[in-house]
Amino acid sequence: MLRQAKNGKLMIEILPDKCDFCGCCVGVCPEDAIELKEAEIFIIDKSCTNCCKCVWSCPIEVIRFNRNGVTSN
Amino acid sequence: MKNEYDVIVVGAGPAGSMAARFAAEQEVSVLMLEKDRDVGYPVRCGEAVSKKGLEEFISPDEKWIAAKISKFSFTAPDKTEVIIEFGEAGYVLERRIFDYALARTASDAGAEILTRAYVNGLLIENDSVCGVKYEYRGEQKEIKSKIVIAADGVESRIGRWAGLETFVDFRDMESAVQITAANINVDQQTLYFYFGKDVAPHGYFWIFPKGNNTANIGLGVSGIVGKKKSALSYLNDFMETHYPGAPVLTSIAGGVPCCPTLNKISAPGIMLVGDAARQVNPLSGGGISSGMIGGSIAGKIAGEAIKQKQLELVLTYDKAWHNRQGYKHEIYNRIKNGIYNFSDEKLNNIALTFSGVSLNKRTLGRLFRIALLNQPSLLIDVAKVFI
Repeated sequence: MLRQAKNGKLMIEILPDKCDFCGCCVGVCPEDAIELKEAEIFIIDKSCTNCCKCVWSCPIEVIRFNRNGVTSN
Repeated sequence: MKNEYDVIVVGAGPAGSMAARFAAEQEVSVLMLEKDRDVGYPVRCGEAVSKKGLEEFISPDEKWIAAKISKFSFTAPDKTEVIIEFGEAGYVLERRIFDYALARTASDAGAEILTRAYVNGLLIENDSVCGVKYEYRGEQKEIKSKIVIAADGVESRIGRWAGLETFVDFRDMESAVQITAANINVDQQTLYFYFGKDVAPHGYFWIFPKGNNTANIGLGVSGIVGKKKSALSYLNDFMETHYPGAPVLTSIAGGVPCCPTLNKISAPGIMLVGDAARQVNPLSGGGISSGMIGGSIAGKIAGEAIKQKQLELVLTYDKAWHNRQGYKHEIYNRIKNGIYNFSDEKLNNIALTFSGVSLNKRTLGRLFRIALLNQPSLLIDVAKVFI
């Protein structure tokens, strides 16, 4: 099933297996839409606007824009 | 553990530990919460710090000094290298031990510390922050305090929950990656900086020695650059060219907020310190000593506010920070915006001109002045820093 963002379908995808949990994305997120714990990260669907700032800021290419939308597990 | 504290500090990095220490020294009750298992780990830092910035807060100890620095080396895009000698300028730290030592100074002053405590909300009453919600070993808990000091790093969210605008423009966020590698044969007293569009556009590449031919090797690039090519792929390119096959001991990612301090870093019941307040030197990206300064000011104010039963003193923190350090960061930021946009050709010219300056006349100030002859409008800003 496709996940819903604030304005439609969610198109930002985080690959948690490759993530270093550095918090760069959280720092640039204007919507407070990323939850980051010690070794756990996810997008808060209802807050995300697909603005992509986290995608551009990720130092290690772990966040990507997925035009087709992100499906929930 | 108590049911309530005078001050809760969130985050046990250098800024948090200084806030906890300076508050606890005034005999108010302090609890410092850290989300990770360990204080000081993982290390997301180049680990270089100036001698002056460090020694204001702690005496140097061989246990956490990896290298003593007396020279800076700058390499222009055309490989022209300029070296500046300083005498005793600074250190490359072993942060995982250093952060521990700093946290110990807080606990020696009477602060309590709890790790694995992930703060995920604030307690707010009458528009004033009065404690935190946190998750500890899978259990959701709450604890009250008169003042919360948020030292929760680049990924800070606490300020937002208190109504402050804290996110960093993605162009000002330097996305960084770093490895600690072995068999790196560089001078162990020199910090190396590399500039240019091939190595680190809108940022710089660094090699900081850590003793025994190990070194921190990394770079930061602006989010503008990250749109096209990530920091990681710049690092991989550099390593393949210069140190193929070097053993990698650690590898880490991180974000450095290279902007002036936030417009507002306090609100009723709360103060922001360190990376959370964006108290990083925007020109160098260094945040250890400025974070400690911010933490110490906030800790002092928190202690006084509680002792004098005048919690509104918290709101004096913005001005105290600005007068001590914030105004300098505004100037550094203007210089950064000039320099980081220089073309490779300009950078080469600067290096060439500086090569003509005799060794004993080389200072950072002179280097920046030469750099800024390429951008005369910035000279006034530079003058304010060095005069």
